[in-house]
Amino acid sequence: MTGQTDDRVVQTTTSAITWANRWDHFLARWAIHRGGHRVAPGLNALGHPTADAPVFVTANYTLSFDALRAALVGMDGYILVLDTKGINVWCAAGKGTFGTDELVQRIEVTGLKNVVRHRTLILPQLGAPGIAAHQIKKQTGFKVEYGPVRAADLPAYLKTHQATPEMRRVHFSLRDRLVLIPVELVAALLPMLLAAVALYLVGGSVTSSAVIAAVLAGTVLFPILLPWLPTHEFSTRGLILGGIVALPFALMTFLSNPNAALWLRVVGALTFLISLPPITAFLALNFTGATTFTSRTGVRREIFAYIPVMAWMFGAGIALTIARAAIKILGGA
Amino acid sequence: MVGVSTLNTLKFDAELCTGCGMCVDVCPHAVFALNSRTIHVVRADACMECGACQVNCPFGAIQVDSGVGCAAAMIRAALTRQKQGECGCSG
Repeated sequence: MTGQTDDRVVQTTTSAITWANRWDHFLARWAIHRGGHRVAPGLNALGHPTADAPVFVTANYTLSFDALRAALVGMDGYILVLDTKGINVWCAAGKGTFGTDELVQRIEVTGLKNVVRHRTLILPQLGAPGIAAHQIKKQTGFKVEYGPVRAADLPAYLKTHQATPEMRRVHFSLRDRLVLIPVELVAALLPMLLAAVALYLVGGSVTSSAVIAAVLAGTVLFPILLPWLPTHEFSTRGLILGGIVALPFALMTFLSNPNAALWLRVVGALTFLISLPPITAFLALNFTGATTFTSRTGVRREIFAYIPVMAWMFGAGIALTIARAAIKILGGA
Repeated sequence: MVGVSTLNTLKFDAELCTGCGMCVDVCPHAVFALNSRTIHVVRADACMECGACQVNCPFGAIQVDSGVGCAAAMIRAALTRQKQGECGCSG
């Protein structure tokens, strides 16, 4: 039971974001040491809180914890950190680790009832998918108050304890999308480099750079251009973007061999037009997991509708690439 | 704003609703509105199935098929024939 004694120790924290914190945020954004950006679960005192000070609840992901404490500059309060395995509030709520059971247990092991006199907890709104407020009330006596979506709105919220409709809405601004790009890029990097090397050996530098372009289109261009791409589906948006990126490679191939047979030049151009778009589209579809508005049902429908299309296009492209390489080797071109 | 063409499984039962307004507070897409002590579903197609409303409705008036929505997790789940994918996200 020594663990319990430790859990009752109130740690202290401040609102200051140090350079070490910023470096940690940078690494987290680049998916370096993923899952390692954690703070210790438990109760933290910010400033000099009394028994009447507000209690804020957050996840043990450094970006979540730091956003909260940075928003509470000059305030005295308690921060109750749940053990979400280093995952942010919204994702952890979806998984249930930022959840009712964990909150009930964390209130218990920290002895929160003996630390504060009141019985109110302020939770981030995005924790709601994991927390049944009425269950918390029933099981612990604490009333859950859902604060704003963004910690930065907390000072305004705390004046009235009433969130404006704007504070309750999630967005997906250009800035929101830009910060996600490194993670997408890092995830695609190794397969991309392997494919680029393999394709360089089979098809040369144009083929190799084409696959890099398709991956960059899916991981970098797609998040940036998302609101401006036509259609409402991620897959078709990705296919369109991939098609645009494939065009110059198709043209280059068509024009680079003016002496070759016309059908060979057409097949060469076609190879890029059918094999690159599915790469971009697959990455685009993957990006639904990072957005703030796609539904499970919608994504599932897209998977069943478009993954087979992507697989067929990509497979046909690979077959053509191999056929072209064989023809080249046999001296046909 | 991004074109949202989300299919969803949101079901609201007005019979069970007491108009407490909890769903209005937790919904990140303003799907619900409270008008003269009654809840109205005003933006049903904006629902992303996060499940916050269902979990926080004390009266069981809301049903939605929520869960991990990442394509990567769902593709893995489809390939391994599991019902629910495990999302690896932490960003």
